[in-house]
Amino acid sequence: MTPPDYEYLRKLLKDHSGLDLSADKQYLIESRLLPLSRKCGVSGISELVQKMKGGSSSIIAQVVEAMTTNETFFFRDKVPFEHFRDTIMPDVLKARAGRKSIRIWCAAGSTGQEPYSLAMSLKEMGAALAGWRVEIIATDLSTEVLEKSKSGVYSQFEVQRGLPIQLLVKYFKQNGELWQINPELRAMVQHRQLNLLHDFSQLGTFDVIFCRNVLIYFDQDTKINIFGRLAKAMEGDGFLVLGAAETVVGLTDVFKPFPDKRGLYRPSGARAASAQGATSMPKFAAMAGR
Amino acid sequence: MKTCLVVDDSSVVRKIARRILEDMNFQITEAEDGEQALASCKEVMPDAVLLDWNMPVMDGYEFLGNLRRLPGGDVPKVVFCTTENGMDHISRALHAGANEYIMKPFDKDIVAAKFQEVGLVALNEQSTV
Repeated sequence: MTPPDYEYLRKLLKDHSGLDLSADKQYLIESRLLPLSRKCGVSGISELVQKMKGGSSSIIAQVVEAMTTNETFFFRDKVPFEHFRDTIMPDVLKARAGRKSIRIWCAAGSTGQEPYSLAMSLKEMGAALAGWRVEIIATDLSTEVLEKSKSGVYSQFEVQRGLPIQLLVKYFKQNGELWQINPELRAMVQHRQLNLLHDFSQLGTFDVIFCRNVLIYFDQDTKINIFGRLAKAMEGDGFLVLGAAETVVGLTDVFKPFPDKRGLYRPSGARAASAQGATSMPKFAAMAGR
Repeated sequence: MKTCLVVDDSSVVRKIARRILEDMNFQITEAEDGEQALASCKEVMPDAVLLDWNMPVMDGYEFLGNLRRLPGGDVPKVVFCTTENGMDHISRALHAGANEYIMKPFDKDIVAAKFQEVGLVALNEQSTV
């Protein structure tokens, strides 16, 4: 890949998705875009860039999708799901005992492993949730991964990464080499296409937001802006779960770390700052065609 | 150092599994069938058994039943590793006391994930990008 091609892709990705690649991510671009080149029937990344410069919006959309799609597996990193079971849910069950409803948002739902891991965790709680209304909303930038998530169909390789065998037996149906999660669990998850750079206030208010391994792609101003809007989309006593490499510390005071639970945050009540953040969108978000 | 008994009638599979598990700091012993594996367990109980299903002399399923009846035979974590990938086989294995189940083909990531699952390997943060 030539340096001008790399620079072009970096700028395009930043403008369209907020993805902020450092100068040394050529390997990442190659590993994601070479398969896409083949799929598009072009010889390589240079020709792909030519098509993009020629204004092919379908190729641009596919490039953005390919670059922002995360690898994911069931119960990824384990710890956040322990927080969910041992810290978040006991608190929410108490705090929402009156209205008996819970709204959970997976803000980078990807191919579904995270929302379905949460759905399985909730099922495993059994009678504690009898009579409760539970909503899990999975959003992602990529329509392709959302389709996969909706289908709930996974390869033998995918169901062996992070999913305990007992849960596979309990919640999946085998179809040849593929495994599909049960309709009852699929029905627990709603899917919506969403770019986090855009307004998401229409999703409503959540008790729990999982927003893992997506903010790492954004620059600092964008992160601050998204944190501000996440705080507004959350109940005052809600919970925010970030990825292992992510934090609010040093960026915003709208969330504060939950003591001794890595990756877990709660709204601080510093709402004024968040409201201000939401109105000052970074300039490339406007360019992304909001 | 934790110990793992690798039971498979294919020397190639044993070699691959040995390499993966040695990288995960396991000390490996090998057995070619269930009978050899049972003899090995009677001598020294391993911490883990990576177990093929279809083998001559004594298959993995029969071995597992025998192992669980031995004194101390409830201790080793048993992870099946087999081409028997049907739900019926998996259910039978779990009923017979298997702790985890790997469907072949497998790779290092799957073995590591499954050994984490049974608590024999500490969880490493899997990083992105």
